[in-house]
Amino acid sequence: MSRRYDCVIVGGGHNGLVTAAYLARAGRKTLVLERRPLVGGAAVTEEVFPGFKFSVFSYVVSLLRPEIIRDLELPRHGLQILPLESTVVPLDNGDYLGSWADADQTRRELARHSPRDAEAATLFGRLMHHMAMAVRPILSMVPPDPASMAPSDLRGMLKFAGHFRSLGAERFHALYKLMTMSSADYLDEWFEFDPLKATKSASGIIGTFLGPRSPGTAYVLLHHYMGEIDGAFRAWGFQKGGTGAISETIGRAATALGAEIRTGSAVEKVLVKNGRATGVALQSGEEIAADVVVSGLDPRRTFLELVDPAQLPADVVEGIRRFKFRGSSGKVNLALSELPNFTCLPGIGPQHRGAFSISPGLDYLERAYDDAKYGEFSRHPYMDIVIPSMIDPGMAPPGKHVMSIFVQYAPYHLNGGWTDARREAFGDAVVETLNRYAPNLKGAVLGRQVLTPLDIERTTGLTEGNIFAGELALHQLFFLRPVAGWANYRTPIAGYWQCGAGTHPGGGIMGASGRLAALEILGRRGG
Amino acid sequence: MASAYELVHDREYAAIRNAAALFDVSPLYKYLISGPDAARLLDRMVTRDVTRCRVGQVLYTSWCDRHGKVIDDGTVSRLSEGVYRLTSAEPNLRWLSLNGAGMDVQVEEVSARVGALALQGPLSRAILEQVSPANFSALKYFRLVETTIREMPVTISRTGYTGDLGYEIWVPAGHAVPVWDALLEAGMPYGITPAGIWALDMARIEAGLIMLDVDYHSSHHALIEAQKSSPFELGLEWTVPAEKGPYNGRAALGAERLRGPAWRFVGLAVDWVSLEALYAEAGLPPQLPATAWRVSTPVYQGSTQIGYASSGCWSPILKQYLALAHLRAPHFAAGTEVELEVTVEHQRLRAAARVTELPFFNPDRKKA
Repeated sequence: MSRRYDCVIVGGGHNGLVTAAYLARAGRKTLVLERRPLVGGAAVTEEVFPGFKFSVFSYVVSLLRPEIIRDLELPRHGLQILPLESTVVPLDNGDYLGSWADADQTRRELARHSPRDAEAATLFGRLMHHMAMAVRPILSMVPPDPASMAPSDLRGMLKFAGHFRSLGAERFHALYKLMTMSSADYLDEWFEFDPLKATKSASGIIGTFLGPRSPGTAYVLLHHYMGEIDGAFRAWGFQKGGTGAISETIGRAATALGAEIRTGSAVEKVLVKNGRATGVALQSGEEIAADVVVSGLDPRRTFLELVDPAQLPADVVEGIRRFKFRGSSGKVNLALSELPNFTCLPGIGPQHRGAFSISPGLDYLERAYDDAKYGEFSRHPYMDIVIPSMIDPGMAPPGKHVMSIFVQYAPYHLNGGWTDARREAFGDAVVETLNRYAPNLKGAVLGRQVLTPLDIERTTGLTEGNIFAGELALHQLFFLRPVAGWANYRTPIAGYWQCGAGTHPGGGIMGASGRLAALEILGRRGG
Repeated sequence: MASAYELVHDREYAAIRNAAALFDVSPLYKYLISGPDAARLLDRMVTRDVTRCRVGQVLYTSWCDRHGKVIDDGTVSRLSEGVYRLTSAEPNLRWLSLNGAGMDVQVEEVSARVGALALQGPLSRAILEQVSPANFSALKYFRLVETTIREMPVTISRTGYTGDLGYEIWVPAGHAVPVWDALLEAGMPYGITPAGIWALDMARIEAGLIMLDVDYHSSHHALIEAQKSSPFELGLEWTVPAEKGPYNGRAALGAERLRGPAWRFVGLAVDWVSLEALYAEAGLPPQLPATAWRVSTPVYQGSTQIGYASSGCWSPILKQYLALAHLRAPHFAAGTEVELEVTVEHQRLRAAARVTELPFFNPDRKKA
């Protein structure tokens, strides 16, 4: 045993760093151990090709909790979120559907396709505002277990029930529908223009192994709306320097508060003695003693790999084994010699400073899912594309560009398994599909990084490459995330805690689980 | 000056702090002052010591009436041995002539003949290096250089109104448009963005820089004494030297220095939790202004009004709601807890705020 810490955090992902910062802020001697040479987990920026920097995995931000930004003084440590304000959807008929920073411009654009939808969009926006407001307090709440009679759970349930009563019947019913419907059905109640429905529904499938017509996806849609409610923390933005810069910012805040961060330090096991965590053993053989060990890894690694499952109750082990990961998305990062010229909106313009969404229709998305259901990657996938170098010129050499393409579906469990050849075939399908809309793309590619769910798992450690550290499915949310009875950031092993996105409220660069875990460890109820 | 070049100014603001923004600041008033008594005239008129201004140097300064109340603020650039340029927000030709009576000096208004472009932001230097042979890493803060942009003669000063790394380009009006075009073209790979006053206003509030007719009134236009301010009351005490020969307002300013100012110009940072609670009471998330506001807003301590904020904005880079305020002695010490009036759903309420040193935002690159 070398040194002794109050708290050791396993994994320097953004949630682990948030937990560390809060613990250090409360005076705890805290150490973060990160296996990779850089912190961030899935929020990392790397210079994949010389001069070309990529937010390799997670690529945009909106959900980062404002209280974390304030508590940790992140602007002082380098947080700088730049606006990403438009979305352009190329359509199959050669036209496009645009959504712009200016609300009136967006309304007029939509009216070009459907005057009825343009009107409905305003009302839909108001409803989603109310829904997000309804869900927002839950993000800052430690999930109470409805089956438990413990005073803290009963208090939590009362608060929870009180909150829902305060919504009123109309909003409660709307929320119930949102929690149970498919995003396609939900959007059908509001809109008629198919590409609009498809594009909105895409938010409901991201990171899940579900299609837009699968029940439960409407909630995921809401999960992506929640970042929009706070006027100050705009919809979706881009951190200067990529998502890795957010992790570094949180890391700097944690260090300034007194936490230590050690990269290149892979944890082999959590040391457990008489049912209590006593520290960690590194792969190097070094052992570090600590009163509190916190895992920022996903539930499978937290419960089944870092500790011996034999030390856990059998029902917990079974629950974690059933927890669904099944990564469904991949990422293609391109270094480009020039900007893509989209035939639907030719030339270089403001469209290049926003997102492009390849979501021309609901059938297109559902067919993309059909491929994945039967073990293939989508031949014509859904893509969410941004060109970060247009927003932060520092991401690429002057005049050159980087393109980030989020691709769905790419199932972790591919028929025959992922090989180098299959990975390149997947990359080809992506570039070919996109090239149909922007015919100069193929010729502009200077470098191509293709990441399958298997690659995501191998690099970040996220089981089965699930970007949310476990699917955001209704049966895996709130008091069931990751497993009944242990949604309060504790584990059956005393002194062993969890803080990653596999706990409530889930994934995205939100930091909420990291903060709530720290507050629980410190004995303060979240809120 | 344009309000904005796009429907929404967010990106223009972001360019100031992230890439580079190009402003047309030609509406500034510009005067060329030359002749043997040029320095004497300016030194008599402004508060800063112009006799110490070297060739190639720029001074930011205020100027006062004989009662030590500020008329205007701007820059004095020493272009060559006996030639200076004065910039101002409002016309000052008459005031220059009055002060130059009996002196051997020529005052020429060149406002329409000289175009002024401000290139501001962390990548402004990299862009200028693409179009101009001058050595920009050697050009220090508040210094200027005579050079060319694509063979067109220009003067470039390392000055600006954003509190960031930035330059102002002074160009014969006939070349202003080609220089603007050259900068936009060369700046394209660096994310250059033409920007207007909506974005500039936010940046200057973050930088704690005052604006005439918003944060104070010229003593020449004030209708009552209470509308006038001294440099000490505007956070410009640093532009008033303790030792300097005769100049307008010297006696009054000397007395005020001893007495201590009745008001001070400070920053206010609004407490978010307090603001959020006021909105939550109304069932709303905080509604933040998209642009800077310029409406006089009361500031309280307990039940007493201790001053007023004259402008404010949400700062996207600091993630704070900021205001610039005039507070009465002795309530202006940094750290003082005050309350700022906010209107939530037509109700006048008060949010907690804290007195903060200016500037709010001051990156190393500004002077590096």
